[in-house]
Amino acid sequence: TFGQRLNSLFANFRTVDEDFFEELEETLIEADVGFETAMTISRELQEEVKLRNVSDPDAVSAAIIEKLVDLYESEGENEDNSIAQAESGPTVILFVGVNGVGKTTTIGKLAHRYHEEGKKVLLAAGDTFRAGAIEQLAEWGRRVDVEVVRGPEKSDPASVIFDAVKRAKEEDYDVLLVDTAGRLQNKVNLMSELDKIKRIISREIPDAPHEVLLVLDATTGQNALIQAKQFKETTDVSGIVLTKLDGTARGGIVLAIRNEMHLPVKLAGLGEQMDDLRDFNAEDFVYGLFKG
Amino acid sequence: MAFEGLTERLQNAMTKLRRKGKISETDLKEVMREIRLALLEADVNFTVVKEFVKVVRERAIGSEVLDSLTSSQQIVKIVNEELTKVMGETAVPLNKSPKIPTIIMMVGLQGAGKTTTAGKLALKLKKEENARPLMIAADVYRPAAIDQLQVLGRDLEIPVFELGTKVNPVEIVRQGLAQAAENKNDYIIIDTAGRLQIDENLMDELAQIKALAAPNEILLTVDSMTGQSAVDVAKGFNEQLDVTGIVLTKLDGDTRGGAALSIRSVTGKPIKFIGQGEKMTDLDVFYPDRMASRILGMGDMLTLIEKA
Ligand SMILES: Nc1nc2c(ncn2[C@@H]2O[C@H](COP(=O)(O)OP(=O)(O)OP(=O)(O)O)[C@@H](O)[C@H]2O)c(=O)[nH]1
Ligand SMILES: Nc1nc2c(ncn2[C@@H]2O[C@H](COP(=O)(O)OP(=O)(O)OP(=O)(O)O)[C@@H](O)[C@H]2O)c(=O)[nH]1
Ligand SMILES: [Mg+2]
Ligand SMILES: [Mg+2]
Repeated sequence: TFGQRLNSLFANFRTVDEDFFEELEETLIEADVGFETAMTISRELQEEVKLRNVSDPDAVSAAIIEKLVDLYESEGENEDNSIAQAESGPTVILFVGVNGVGKTTTIGKLAHRYHEEGKKVLLAAGDTFRAGAIEQLAEWGRRVDVEVVRGPEKSDPASVIFDAVKRAKEEDYDVLLVDTAGRLQNKVNLMSELDKIKRIISREIPDAPHEVLLVLDATTGQNALIQAKQFKETTDVSGIVLTKLDGTARGGIVLAIRNEMHLPVKLAGLGEQMDDLRDFNAEDFVYGLFKG
Repeated sequence: MAFEGLTERLQNAMTKLRRKGKISETDLKEVMREIRLALLEADVNFTVVKEFVKVVRERAIGSEVLDSLTSSQQIVKIVNEELTKVMGETAVPLNKSPKIPTIIMMVGLQGAGKTTTAGKLALKLKKEENARPLMIAADVYRPAAIDQLQVLGRDLEIPVFELGTKVNPVEIVRQGLAQAAENKNDYIIIDTAGRLQIDENLMDELAQIKALAAPNEILLTVDSMTGQSAVDVAKGFNEQLDVTGIVLTKLDGDTRGGAALSIRSVTGKPIKFIGQGEKMTDLDVFYPDRMASRILGMGDMLTLIEKA
């Protein structure tokens, strides 16, 4: 099922000429792919089309999607898209990202998924800073029926997280999902706080955190690239969650992130309810880039 | 990693051109390309960029830029002037009702910063005008949205009206307005739930709240890191609610904030405030010229002029 935009893109053209690729570039730029990446993709597609010697847009459409998926995956051969699991003991997943992207909500959704799978899930309310953040996670805990470790407002997040890791170990939890306060990547102190949090987790469980998931809002433009770079530097991000894909934004910037930083997108957020979480699917995503 | 700003881009392009002396049509095309790129990298919407560059090009052709040795500077000047113009020449103050209360409604996408800005705005009014605002908690959907507003209200010593999450938001606003009338609050700030502009039911809820409260100000709150879709969002909210102003949040980050230009040009509505941090005091008046420089990455404007 091709998106409307893709269809209209192809419907407007009887031949695959320069105008065709110009329109394709526009579509990609408007999906937040970024100028450079859009040009690279267009160039590679032009070569591909020449190589296959096709001029009919219908015939070329499949090739384009195929090529885009290839491009998305080219940097990630043999890469594991699934969420890492601990060999024994609790699997610890740390969530990081800028303000308001959907960290807490994603934790709620993922907790629901694991709980449904019969796992014993614990949440750590590591955002002690933002007004109502602890209560928000606690409410998610009630909704999806899992336990939440919390400390007082404005208390040291590291100590809450320390308690949670300890409890996860002692009480044989399968999964610990750690929430953190939103922070902009240019705030040096807040970024080093994350580093500290990560070290505290590793001290308790040497191979933890098993995943550090950077949550990105699909509505974000080129700044997402800087977010990915900075967070990767401080916390050694292992994967991306792309949220708010139910809106009109396409999240095209992850194409650039994927290729420049070798960071796979692992999960996609498609709404505010507990079931609105999907494993990321490159093909769906690429189709989505063209949705009208 | 920072993106190349317009000044750097133009400087590079111009250095090449300067060696040749007079600038030709083709050279101008190259310069316009650089402007286009700088704006796209700043997240200005593609269509908005196209129109904007057309205007700049016409002005450049009409001026003596083409013969000038310092044309790089002049083009930067033209771009900056045009950008400032689009952004609105001066700061626009908050709309106020001739008699109390002035009613302000916060709207926008999920996570944009509505609740935080509601608190900041209430504090600003309290500090600057000795106002007695009431905040109404009309977000019954997001977990603990009411707690969030209550915590802010508690810290700022500003009352919050709430009826829990079981009551319809329109009804909450109705009762909140009645309470404000009784307490003679001079400002009412309504915090609404984040929603997508394509969500018909939730957009209709906002329309109902608007019809009931007849707010003096409907502030569309937008995350300054927003990319190309800022245009759809702004259009969607503006067409359905006829918003009266914009708040740009999270400008304490390192985003260029090109969304500001997109939103301005599709809605024509003034950007009134900018959020520059998570603290309640981090709300500032919007200055079009500063935003223009930021979008263009022209912190180094002065250096360029000195060098030229
Ligand atoms: N439409 C939509 N909304 C989402 C999605 N994920 C999260 N949200 C909403 O986005 C808003 C912010 O989500 P949070 O989970 O609080 O984000 P956060 O990153 O924890 O925010 P901070 O802790 O304040 O930095 C809430 O209103 C969520 O309901 C999604 O996939 N789609
Ligand atoms: N750094 C920074 N963070 C901000 C700013 N404004 C809001 N935030 C943060 O952004 C996140 C989301 O803010 P909220 O006020 O909860 O956003 P909202 O629009 O009410 O979100 P929903 O009600 O879920 O739609 C929080 O972490 C805020 O602290 C700002 O100007 N700068
Ligand atoms: Mg959170
Ligand atoms: Mg809110």
